[in-house]
Amino acid sequence: MRWARRIAVGLTAAAGWWLLYSNLERFANWLVYSAIGMATGTRFASAMAFFVFEAPKVLMLLLAVVFGVGIIRSFFTPERTRRMLAGRRQAVGNVLGSLLGVVTPFCSCSAVPLFIGFVTTGVPLGVTFSFLIAAPMINEVALVLLFGLFGWKVAGLYLGTGLVIAMAAGWVIGRLRLERWVEGWVYATTPASPRAGMVERIGWAQRVSLGRDAVTDIVGKVWPYVLAGIAVGAGIHGYVPEQLMASIMGKGAWWSVPLAVLVGIPMYSNAAGIIPIVQALLEKGAALGTVLAFMMSVIGLSLPEVIILRKVLKLPLIATFVCVVGIGILVVGYLFNIVL
Amino acid sequence: MKIEVLGPGCPKCMSTEQNVRKALTELAVQAEVEKVTDIQEIVRKGVMSTPALVIDGSLVLQGRIPTVEQLKELIRAR
Repeated sequence: MRWARRIAVGLTAAAGWWLLYSNLERFANWLVYSAIGMATGTRFASAMAFFVFEAPKVLMLLLAVVFGVGIIRSFFTPERTRRMLAGRRQAVGNVLGSLLGVVTPFCSCSAVPLFIGFVTTGVPLGVTFSFLIAAPMINEVALVLLFGLFGWKVAGLYLGTGLVIAMAAGWVIGRLRLERWVEGWVYATTPASPRAGMVERIGWAQRVSLGRDAVTDIVGKVWPYVLAGIAVGAGIHGYVPEQLMASIMGKGAWWSVPLAVLVGIPMYSNAAGIIPIVQALLEKGAALGTVLAFMMSVIGLSLPEVIILRKVLKLPLIATFVCVVGIGILVVGYLFNIVL
Repeated sequence: MKIEVLGPGCPKCMSTEQNVRKALTELAVQAEVEKVTDIQEIVRKGVMSTPALVIDGSLVLQGRIPTVEQLKELIRAR
């Protein structure tokens, strides 16, 4: 009967969440324009209303999604993924590696042991790269925030193109036969025996607690950046004139996509913080392709991760990796500016 | 009892080591605690997700920071 109580609690929480969520905009407008009494149409009021609406909205979405994804991730381990990818042929492996990269729990501090674990047990280099590209680039936080703020089409675009880039870039790297640019000692490492790395059997109670841990870990760490990002977005929303971004990042400026990618590569932001900025830029006339390209190069390619990977990859391979992914993002950016 | 904490030296691994020592103190159990940072050693044990915990040669946990409570249970079970 503890089951019934737990499910009841869960459903009540979900219902409460939904009630709160669907009334946020009304609440924000009421607070800013009625309770505080700001005049409509002023830039400050506009920025305030944006902030009061978006901040709780984004945080609530984050809570729900991080919890859900935490539970999904409890079904996947790097060990399982490795076994599924070992010995796969290139094309199938790239597809599978990218998909698994999205759902397997992955922390960039584990990038090195994971990389070695993969390549020494028969996972092809290109397939390993598909995994390593997809994992940070397709971020569940970013995905659901995009869905919540822009709808399923933009979220779907992000997911789809992120996967395609991971698959294609991994495939290209595999075809270039760059194994000689992996640090020699990596391949000399004795691979773990096939039975090493245990399989932890866990029950639902523990899955839920993993979901909760994910929320405290991720949301607990990320919320200041989210609020900062929304504040910046509010500022842009209230103060930057309409269509200003159109001249800099709009469709007409063909150089905006490469510029966005180049600016984004050295930058690193967690996904949650950058979405509100994305939203404000789009609102002010920036083209969707350019903004997506910027976002993907910020979260997909990060200096810290490159530094970590330097332990196992020689510079030419790292450079190739960054360039191939960068070009992939560039192509996606142009494609969307043309098509949409 | 020998407890090995595996990790390349990031803050997560340090938290894990702290939690291990705390759990041992709270249980009043004596054990040798060793920090393994050598990547090759870590991979040889089949670990791909740090931090990881090995007790008396068996891998018991990887990929997350165990709480003091969880650690106490794992130690008691041995």
